[in-house]
Amino acid sequence: MASKGIKDQVAIIGMGCTNFGEHWDKSVDDMLIDAAQEAYASAGVKQTDIDAYWFGTLGSGVSGLTLSRALKIDYKPVTRVENMCATGSEAFRNACYAVASGAYDVVMAIGVEKLKDNGMSGLVSGVIPDDGTKPELTAPAMFSLLAPAYSAKYGVDETEMKDVLTRIAWKNHYNGARNPRAQFRKEVGKDAICNAPLIAGQLGIFDCSGVSDGSAAAIIVRAEDAYKYTDKPLFVKALAFTAGPAAGPIDPDYDYTTFHEVSACARDAYAQAGVTDPRAEIAMAEVHDCFTPTELVLMEDLGFAERGLGWKEVLAGTYDLDGDLPINPDGGLKSFGHPIGASGLRMLFECWLQLRQEAPAERQIKTVTEGGKKLGMTHNLGGAPGECVSFVSIVGSELG
Amino acid sequence: MRGILGYGAYVPYNRLKRSAIGEALGSGGGKGTRAVASYDEDATSMAVEAARDLMRTVSVTPSSVVFATTSPPYLDKTNANVIHAALNLPSSVFAVDMIGSARSAGGALRSALEGTRPALVAQADVRTGRPESGDESNCGDAAVTFMIGSDDDGPVIAEYLGGASATAEFLERWRLPEWKYSRVWEERFGEHVYLPLVTEAAAAAFKECSLEPSDIDVAIVTGLHSRAARGAASAAGLDGTKVADDLALTLGNTGAAHPGLVLASVLDSAQPGQTLMIVHLADGCDVSFFRTTDAITGYRPASTVAEQIASGNDTLTYNKYLTWRGFLDREPPRRPDPENPAAPPSYRSEAWKFAFMGSKDRSSGAVHLPPQRVSVKGGAVDDMDLVPMADVQATVATFTIDRLAYSLSPPTIAVVIDFDGGGRFQCALADADTVKIGDRVQMTFRRLMTAKGVHNYFWKAKPVKA
Repeated sequence: MASKGIKDQVAIIGMGCTNFGEHWDKSVDDMLIDAAQEAYASAGVKQTDIDAYWFGTLGSGVSGLTLSRALKIDYKPVTRVENMCATGSEAFRNACYAVASGAYDVVMAIGVEKLKDNGMSGLVSGVIPDDGTKPELTAPAMFSLLAPAYSAKYGVDETEMKDVLTRIAWKNHYNGARNPRAQFRKEVGKDAICNAPLIAGQLGIFDCSGVSDGSAAAIIVRAEDAYKYTDKPLFVKALAFTAGPAAGPIDPDYDYTTFHEVSACARDAYAQAGVTDPRAEIAMAEVHDCFTPTELVLMEDLGFAERGLGWKEVLAGTYDLDGDLPINPDGGLKSFGHPIGASGLRMLFECWLQLRQEAPAERQIKTVTEGGKKLGMTHNLGGAPGECVSFVSIVGSELG
Repeated sequence: MRGILGYGAYVPYNRLKRSAIGEALGSGGGKGTRAVASYDEDATSMAVEAARDLMRTVSVTPSSVVFATTSPPYLDKTNANVIHAALNLPSSVFAVDMIGSARSAGGALRSALEGTRPALVAQADVRTGRPESGDESNCGDAAVTFMIGSDDDGPVIAEYLGGASATAEFLERWRLPEWKYSRVWEERFGEHVYLPLVTEAAAAAFKECSLEPSDIDVAIVTGLHSRAARGAASAAGLDGTKVADDLALTLGNTGAAHPGLVLASVLDSAQPGQTLMIVHLADGCDVSFFRTTDAITGYRPASTVAEQIASGNDTLTYNKYLTWRGFLDREPPRRPDPENPAAPPSYRSEAWKFAFMGSKDRSSGAVHLPPQRVSVKGGAVDDMDLVPMADVQATVATFTIDRLAYSLSPPTIAVVIDFDGGGRFQCALADADTVKIGDRVQMTFRRLMTAKGVHNYFWKAKPVKA
């Protein structure tokens, strides 16, 4: 029994992605229509060509009707998907399997989230009645738990750690400044990041991803059909998903310096894709930088740095836009905010641009144009350290 | 012989300097400090803390829990049930409130002393006053508990000798259920009515118990009417008798908890054979006598009142105090209002939520908080025993300071703690301004928040006192 994967069985032939931001003038329906129309145009298909839909949203609607009502879909299957912060990716994963199974020829994965209509700071999730004993930490507080634990384990002092976290935020803002679809499109100086008001633990306001609205979509067909639609399809190499026992908060063996779910998820994805040296083989990765310590830990969990050395790689610029392994070249959650249902597909959209060498020149990564690398990764996690779900996809611009 | 088998006192960590009131308002205040229940404490939660201390010193299961307070967190719903649940007492144990006036304290103690079975008496109060009032500065917050029983139940450390009361109907202090503070009549009127009642009750008590004022080693004189209480020793015929420190300068008058709290402070250093007299002024006067026994030499309270006075923190600002007590309605963070705990899940998890019982996997030994059916170590299913974790100390594994979370007293310090002998939990850290990995903590029962009128009682960590 093992995850067998569907390497090179399906391909992305078109994508759409709205601008992300505070869309006071756009509704959920507006964003879904915009993303879907852009994806249809990108693939050169009509809505009537789509056989089935997988629709991701955490809380901006319920059921497939949220999508079918907006798009006026004519009696096709629409599956509503939710898997916390990996919701958009989960819509994509299930859509891919539907095509691989042979059940459908052409499907759409689409995600949306409207976060700015509730007037709150940060993410707000639905209420499930409980006994009032669950920890009441906010998301930044939960992820800030990583920083002191990592510092203590690897001998990184508080100032060094702040520099590392600042470097991650600075890098992602640098990238986002070169992306017209990002919520925040300005570079932010390291001093401003470092001296910003604290939100939780060592995390200042710039260590946290933004809150925004957005939607993104992908159209998927069997790999053998891909070239009928485009000269430059992206082939799906791996789709991995893990949900763990959520034991971190109750198991003293968990040390808050890793996401076991992510490590397991990455192993599965690399096995599916046949990747043996991710650091060397992957051209770029879009990772779930909800908070800066998350990105630091992910570098180690995804195999992009040795355990305990990720912080040095961050400071050395390994993950910069012009580094050996660009991380979040589109600006990440840091620059895009995190409209939950859309984020995973927004990440995929950057792979779509970069691997097809269609990113704006100031953002196009050299690992693709000069290094000749063909693989991109997207990664999401949902939950908190010690109790999360994780998704990893690997896509490539060539078969094989 | 019937009397006190043990006791536990709880003085909250925070103190308000009375001078801080005058500095903020331009008048009012006074000397010394008053004890302040933290924003996450109320009479019930403090009574639980005092009762936990008590239960560490006795080995008897009470047949009843009686809770006296003037500041009951609930009406209609019995507050004593929370104490009962937090102590993990059997369902056969009776629990009842005696709430309303400060006299309820004397009533609770007397009903237990005049009964025949072991009883846990809890007395606790959060005393408020309108800003700048005498009540605000003179009162304080605390809890005390006593295990009352006979020598069949365990060693009696202070025998109850008897007492007497005097009662009259007069309008001296009153409060409607929805009021945040009391109103009082002109001070001299109360003194005029109280002192003859003291004289009457004391004389009756001396006669009843065949005692003379000269037999009294220490007198405990308490009452929310401080002017009358000051004259009460003399009115009781106790000129020349040693009167115990009434803790007014350090803690303030703690209402229904106060006679018991002062008694606890006296018992902390009492010698065998001492005769103690309690004179409590509350809508009349109640007098009672105790005589310490030889057993008191072998009795050690979990924490003395003096130790708790010494370990208080007097850096609390007046603004924060007003906020905690609901006198200052401040802008909340732009976050959803907290949700009330739901009744059925709270009922299902009583052992966890109220008594902090974990579960221990019989095969791997792994401790789970909250209790689990499936083990995190090895996956054994339904092979666990409930284990009490409330008195197990723990070490901080990692932490954060949450400046975004909804709290009456931001920022919230959150800790991940690993218990001695196994088990991990993530919770808030109370009564602390700083934290670091490796800090030692113990559990404390708190009211996390109140939403839709539902108090969410649960546990937090707090630093272990050095």
